[in-house]
Amino acid sequence: MQEIILLKYGELALKGMNRNSFEDMLLRNIRHRLKHIGSYAYAKAQSTIYITPCADTEEACAALLDAAMPRLHKVFGIAALCRARVCEKNFADIAKQAVPYLQEVLPYVKTFKVEAKRADKAFPMKSPQICTELGGILLEAFPNLTVDVHEPDITVTVEIRDTNAYIHAAKLKGAGGLPVGTAGNGLLLLSGGIDSPVAAWMMAKRGLRITACHFESPPYTSERARMKVEKLVEKLAPWCGSMAFYCVPFTEIQEVLRRECPEEYFTILMRRLMMEIAQRIAAQNDCYAIITGESLGQVASQTLQAINCTDAVSKIPVLRPLIGMDKTEIVDIARRIDTYETSILPYEDCCTVFTPRHPKLRPRLEEVEAVQSAVDFSALIDEAVKNTTKKIFAQRVAEGDEA
Amino acid sequence: MAAYLDNAATTKPCAECIEAMTDAMQNTYGNPSSLHRMGLDAQLVVDDARKQIAAALACEPGCITFTSGATESNNLAIFGAAGAYGKRQRKVVVTAVEHASVRAAYDQLEKQGFEVVRISPNTNGEIDPDAFLAEIDENTCLASMMLVNNETGAVLPVRRAFYAAKRKFPKLITHCDAVQGFLKIGFTAAELNADLISVSGHKIHGAKGVGALYMKKGVRLTPLLYGGEQEQKLRPGTESVPLIAGFGAAAAAMRKSMAQRTERVTALRNECIRQLSSMEDVILHQPEDCSPYILSAAIKGLRAETLLHFLAERQVYVSSGSACSKGKPSGVLRAFRIPDGLADSTIRISFCAENTAYDIKCLAEGIAAAQQQLIHKR
Repeated sequence: MQEIILLKYGELALKGMNRNSFEDMLLRNIRHRLKHIGSYAYAKAQSTIYITPCADTEEACAALLDAAMPRLHKVFGIAALCRARVCEKNFADIAKQAVPYLQEVLPYVKTFKVEAKRADKAFPMKSPQICTELGGILLEAFPNLTVDVHEPDITVTVEIRDTNAYIHAAKLKGAGGLPVGTAGNGLLLLSGGIDSPVAAWMMAKRGLRITACHFESPPYTSERARMKVEKLVEKLAPWCGSMAFYCVPFTEIQEVLRRECPEEYFTILMRRLMMEIAQRIAAQNDCYAIITGESLGQVASQTLQAINCTDAVSKIPVLRPLIGMDKTEIVDIARRIDTYETSILPYEDCCTVFTPRHPKLRPRLEEVEAVQSAVDFSALIDEAVKNTTKKIFAQRVAEGDEA
Repeated sequence: MAAYLDNAATTKPCAECIEAMTDAMQNTYGNPSSLHRMGLDAQLVVDDARKQIAAALACEPGCITFTSGATESNNLAIFGAAGAYGKRQRKVVVTAVEHASVRAAYDQLEKQGFEVVRISPNTNGEIDPDAFLAEIDENTCLASMMLVNNETGAVLPVRRAFYAAKRKFPKLITHCDAVQGFLKIGFTAAELNADLISVSGHKIHGAKGVGALYMKKGVRLTPLLYGGEQEQKLRPGTESVPLIAGFGAAAAAMRKSMAQRTERVTALRNECIRQLSSMEDVILHQPEDCSPYILSAAIKGLRAETLLHFLAERQVYVSSGSACSKGKPSGVLRAFRIPDGLADSTIRISFCAENTAYDIKCLAEGIAAAQQQLIHKR
C-alpha cells in the first residue's frame, strides 16, 4: 500500500463560513510549492490535506515524498505534517502493515505508545482496544521497546478515517500561521540587516503576501550589497512564495539631505522620505500596509518619538512585528529561517551611509516638518519612483530546484 | 585510435569544461575577493559553479566548499571533523576498502591517539551495514564509508548504514567519499544521510586540481589551512576560478546527460562482460550491486602490470587495481575476498560514455593476444 503525506491545519480549522477560501489558498500555495519537483495528487477532508505522490515505482514515490517534506515545512497554514501509510479499514491490514512500515523508526528508540483516532465512529474496534492490540503486536516485533504512555520517544498513531486507515509515527510541527495571500499584500522595507527579513517572515506567517522594497545608494553602496539583499529575498521566497523586489535609487536624495539639512535630522528625514516613496510603491502594488523590522529603542530612528515622526508621513498602517523583541530573539528567528549568515555579510547599506554623529533621539514632529519643508523633495521622490527597478524572485530559486 | 578504458583514474575534460575554463582565464581573471567589478565578476563565476555542483547533489549552494580535489576534500572532512568533534569522543569507524586518501588519513588519526575501527567486507565480499553499525557507539565522533569502490566498482550500503547510525547516534558525523559515484550513480546529498561528501572534478570530465566537499548545514570543521576568509573561512587561498568554472560546467553537462550515459555505459560494460566471460582463464569480479562504470577482471596466469604494459603497446589503456596505488597492491582486493593469486592478476576496466564497442573489441583482442604470447603453457 502507498505512503502519503498528511497535513493538518491549525488555526484554519477555527474559521467559520469563509474557511473554504482559506483552505483553497493553502492548497494553491502547496501545489505551487511542489509543482516543480514532481506530480502529486491532492485531496482534502476532515481538516486534513492528503498528498499522494504520483510515480510508477515505490522508490520514485518515496523520493517524491522526501523532496516534498522539507518544502512543506515552509508553507504557512500547516500546523503539523507527517508521512503515513495507507491501510485498508480493518484491523488485520493495519496490524499487517504496521510492523514493516515502522521498521525504519522503531528499532532505534526505547519507548513508545500507540494512539488511536477514530474519526469514523462506525469502526468496530474502540480506540483503547486498537491501542492495546497494536501495541502488543509492536512489542512482540521490536523487543527493544517498552511502553511509556507519558513521555514516549515516539508515538505511533492510527487514524481511522472515512475511506482508509493511516499509520504514522513521527508527526512534525509545521510552520503554523495562515496561508500566505489570505491577508492581502504588504510592502516590506528591506535593508539587508538582520531584522527586516525576520519581519517579513513574521508577517507572511500571518497570511500577508510580501513585496520587498530596497533603497540603494551607489556608489556609496556596492553591487555586492544589492546582491546580498537579493539573496535575502531568495531565502525568504520558500516561506513567502514568489516575491517582487523593488530597488529604489536613493543616492540623490541622500546627497541633497546631507547638503541641505542639519546633520542631526539626517536619519529621521531619510526615514520619512523612504516612507513616502514606499507608499507610492505600495499603492502601485495593492499593498495595504508597510512592514519594517524596527524594534523599539534599538537605534536612534526607532525611539517612540522618531517612530511618530516617520508614521506621520504614512497613510497606510506601518506593521512592526519586531517592535517588542530583543535582538537575541530576532537573531534566533533569523538563524532558523537561514537569513542570518547572509544578513551579517559586511557591506555598507544606505542606512549606514552618512550616519550623523549625534542623531536627534527625541525629534518633535513640528521641528522635523519645519526642517523638511525647507527643501522641496517632490521632484526627487518622483524621480526615484520612476527609476525604481523591479525583479521577481520565484519560490524555487532558493533551494537549487530546477528552473 | 586509442581505447581509453581507464576513466576511473581520470577522464578527458569535456568541451563545456574547456570552454568555461578558457573563458574564465581570458575574461574573468579578477580575484573573487576584490571589491571592484572585476572581482565581483569572478565571484559570480565561482557562485554559478557552486550552484551547479549543489544542483548535482540536490543541496543548497552554501553547503559546497571548493577544494583542490577529492584528496583534500577527504582530508578536510576527516581531520576537520576529528578536530571539531574528537576532543572527547576518541573513536572513529571506517571501512577497510577506502581510497588511499581516506585510509591514510585514518591511519594518521590512529597515530594521533584515536581508536580506529576498520570494517572489512564479509565472506560474500560485501560490507554489512549492521556490522558497521555495531562498531559505532557514544564515543564515536566520525564514520566514513565510500559510495563506490574505486577498484571493483562495488556500491557500498552507505544510505542504510548512515541512516541507521544517525538514527541511533544523531551527533555522529558521517562522511562519504562519493568520487566514483558522483554523477555516475544517482544520489542526492540527503539520501546518503552523510554530513560530509567528497567529490572530484576530473572524474566527471572536469579538470584536475579541483574538487568539492559537501557539508551539511550546522556541521563544523576545523580547517586544514589558515589564511584568508575564502570558502566560508574553511579553505583559505584565492579560488582557482578557471578550475572551479570548469568543474561547474562539467557537472552541469554530466547532470543533463546522466540517464543516457548510464544507459550507454551499462551497454558497454555488458558487452565487455559478454566478450570477456567467453574467454578462458578470465575471471570477472562482479559485486551484486555495482557501478556500471567499472569492471574488475583477473586474467589467470598474467600479472596485471605485465598485461597493462602489453595492452598499452596496443593503445588500450586500463589499470591494475587503482591508479593511485601506482601498481602497489592496495589490499582492497584482498579485503573484498579476492584470493591473492587472482588479486595480482586483476585489472580495472573503467568506462565513459565516449567509449565505443570498438574499444571493447580492442581490449578483448588484446587480452587474447597477451594470453597467447605471454602465458607459456606447459
